[in-house]
Amino acid sequence: MTFLQVVNLTKRFDEQFAVRDVTLGVTRGTVLALLGPSGSGKTTTLRLLAGFERPDTGQVLVDGVDVTAETPVSRRFGMVFQHYALFPHLNVGENVGFGLSGRSPEARRARVAEVLALVDLAGFEARAVSELSGGQQQRVAVARALAPEPRVLLLDEPLSNLDPSLRERTRRELRAALDKAGVTTVFVTHEQDEAFALADRVAVLRDGRLEQEGTARELYDMPATLFVATFVGRASILRGTLIAADRARLAEGVEWPVRPSSNVRQGGPVNVVVRPEAVRFAPAGLPGVVTECRYTGARAFFQVEVAGGTVELEAPIDGARVGDPVFLTVSSAHAFPVEP
Amino acid sequence: MRGRPRGILLTLFLLWLVVYPLLMVVLDSVRGPSGWSLAQVAEFGRTPEEWQALWGSLWISMVSVVFAGAIGIPLAFVFERMEFPGRRILGALVALPAVLPPLVGVMAFLFLYGESGFLSRIVKGAFSLEDAPWRLAGAPAILLVHAYSMYVYFYLFTRAGLAKVDSSMIEAAQSLGASRSSTLFRVTLPLLGPQIIAAALLTFMTSLGSFSAPYIFGGGFRVMTTQIVSTKLNGNDAMAMVETVALAVVALVGLALFRWTSSERSVAAVGKGAPPARKLEQPVARWLAAVVGWAVAVVVLLPHATLILISFVPMRTWTTQLMPPVYTLGNYGALIREPERLRPLINSLWMAVVATVAALAVALWAGRAIVRRRVRLARVIDILTNVPWAVPGTVLAIALATTFSVNAPWAGRWVLVGTFFILPLAYLIRNIPLTAGPVIAGFRQLDPGLDEAAASLGASRWATLRRVTMPLLRPALLACGALAFATAVGDFVTSIVLYTFETRPISVEILSALRQNDIGIAAAFGVVLMLVSAGAMAVGTSR
Repeated sequence: MTFLQVVNLTKRFDEQFAVRDVTLGVTRGTVLALLGPSGSGKTTTLRLLAGFERPDTGQVLVDGVDVTAETPVSRRFGMVFQHYALFPHLNVGENVGFGLSGRSPEARRARVAEVLALVDLAGFEARAVSELSGGQQQRVAVARALAPEPRVLLLDEPLSNLDPSLRERTRRELRAALDKAGVTTVFVTHEQDEAFALADRVAVLRDGRLEQEGTARELYDMPATLFVATFVGRASILRGTLIAADRARLAEGVEWPVRPSSNVRQGGPVNVVVRPEAVRFAPAGLPGVVTECRYTGARAFFQVEVAGGTVELEAPIDGARVGDPVFLTVSSAHAFPVEP
Repeated sequence: MRGRPRGILLTLFLLWLVVYPLLMVVLDSVRGPSGWSLAQVAEFGRTPEEWQALWGSLWISMVSVVFAGAIGIPLAFVFERMEFPGRRILGALVALPAVLPPLVGVMAFLFLYGESGFLSRIVKGAFSLEDAPWRLAGAPAILLVHAYSMYVYFYLFTRAGLAKVDSSMIEAAQSLGASRSSTLFRVTLPLLGPQIIAAALLTFMTSLGSFSAPYIFGGGFRVMTTQIVSTKLNGNDAMAMVETVALAVVALVGLALFRWTSSERSVAAVGKGAPPARKLEQPVARWLAAVVGWAVAVVVLLPHATLILISFVPMRTWTTQLMPPVYTLGNYGALIREPERLRPLINSLWMAVVATVAALAVALWAGRAIVRRRVRLARVIDILTNVPWAVPGTVLAIALATTFSVNAPWAGRWVLVGTFFILPLAYLIRNIPLTAGPVIAGFRQLDPGLDEAAASLGASRWATLRRVTMPLLRPALLACGALAFATAVGDFVTSIVLYTFETRPISVEILSALRQNDIGIAAAFGVVLMLVSAGAMAVGTSR
């Protein structure tokens, strides 16, 4: 059931739309990622959820109750800030216990110990915040936000401040902590990997609008727009004409199978989006010339110039050399028509 | 925008506090017994004494800047750039005139260099003179006190500036073939320009508003501050208003001139940091620097030492001897035992505490409004918090005396003159620039995310202020609070105009003790003030 709902949320700054008519729902206990490039309105959406910004129009509902008019203080949402915003004058235990002012000292201590254990930092209460590594600070920030048992947890670019080498591990730990806490979560990221690894569902934003919302698989396999297709995963785009529900004619009369879609008018122009792993070298098909070859280990990324564009594909290293004339075919599962 | 009404409330409050009284003075200066009149202004223009006083204020201030700079800047170079025995402790001692409230400093000079002061007695004894060899009076006496108490501005500002001058710039100049002296004049001093101008401005404004030195030493020499107070005491209120406006205009013109000259020279020197102090290798140079350092420290500390010594001297025991013959703790006992002596001590302390707390509260309010809420009136609020700084204390005192001697609640005027409220109010207004500047700067350095983090954890606005903002601003709050407290507790210039017998502060009591020739009691009060100020400063700079 939908626990957190966002209905027609709109926010303008100086007549410029930051968030435009966004409607979303998050099921209780699941994790939603807001994915988009910078300036897409994802952070503004998160701040509207937290109550730090007021929407011009639209509502935020928790468990069916409108909380749009409530302040951040009364909303009882936990927030993890991009730069963590740990209080530098307080130690780890005092930071985590900050939101527990209503409880008795014993209950407070117990809860602090409990959430610190949840993020794998048991016994860190007396440490100074400045003594901690980046990853540890991030986990303290998560523990602090979880301590008062928030109704919703919000995270702003939770991993962007970490070294790339630390990110994967921290990502796993964060997901484990969220699962254990069982809290409904929304987080913001501009990295598709992070969104896919941490979230149950992903909402892709662009210029303040919601482009598509779905599971990682749905976004990858059935992108609704050209933007989603290219922003989520690697993709090449070829222009052509949709001649049947499941066939597109490309340059030089070559026909490729595409996944059937109701979004594009038959007989009209179409953009065919193909994933690198869907394209293969073949004895016949779309002709082109290899212009680049990048080794990634056992396989390589090839760039092939074809009439009307460039195609990226992944193939065994010995598939072709730079300068070779080649032919390309595609598997229909990963070629989809999108309206131009 | 939600921030708007809040900004308006603070703006109105500050306008009422710092601008409204000044406006009342301006209005009163062109108002006669029967409506608007320029009669007083014309009379001011016709009277040569008034012009003498105005000119006196002006030239004393300009010469004070030159003297203070000539002492402070070289001292800063010696202590920042040369390494010699005792550098650290001497470098701190040299800033000590700053803890001497103006009237106390003047009193110490009187005891030390005055007609019957120590130096005069020594000279008299050495040459068997009948009369005192000199009189400490007039412009030279005023300049001596100004140079002593204001070189500290140049010293501290220049040292701070030197510590920020990038050593790679100096190395660059030297690699281009510049000698040490040409590096000094072509690179270092120009880089210090903003600091030196800031110190000059501070010295100029402080001298212009200086009251204690001309009041005690002036004699026939006229400056505007003392002129205003004596006109006011003579009952010629209308003329006092015109004089007050004249002094305020000179202050504002001076401020504008300094702002104008310094507006184009903001030099950012960031990089490797300052070069280390040069270790003086030659033993002669080392000893010379140390001797100069120690000599300066002794001269600087003599007034303090004199004050302490005299505070142990009972009344009428020191007549013609070179040194006082009797020392007791009687004066300090009197301060505590006699209710009439204890009263001013308690008055000064509570009024300074109230004014300081209120000034810190206003500063926090302004900081939040300007930095956090980014209200539309931020610029106006920022300027208003600085206004009292540009207004000489005498001007402010007269303005408050005028505004709050009328009961017109609808116009924001109440009769406060003669009540307990007027002096803390005056101290508060004088303290606002001292607290608002550092607190606003502190707010700018705070991560706004911390406020939001506290809010997301359920902390209310007050809880966030108490649990997050104030602890993080603690160093700034302590430092500027201490400065504000020390300024208020030693205030003389506004107190002399606004006090009543019931609310008389220490400075006024010192003056009356001096008039009764009770120098021991006056000195004991001075020592207490000095210790309270020094204690506040020590707390303020502790980390």
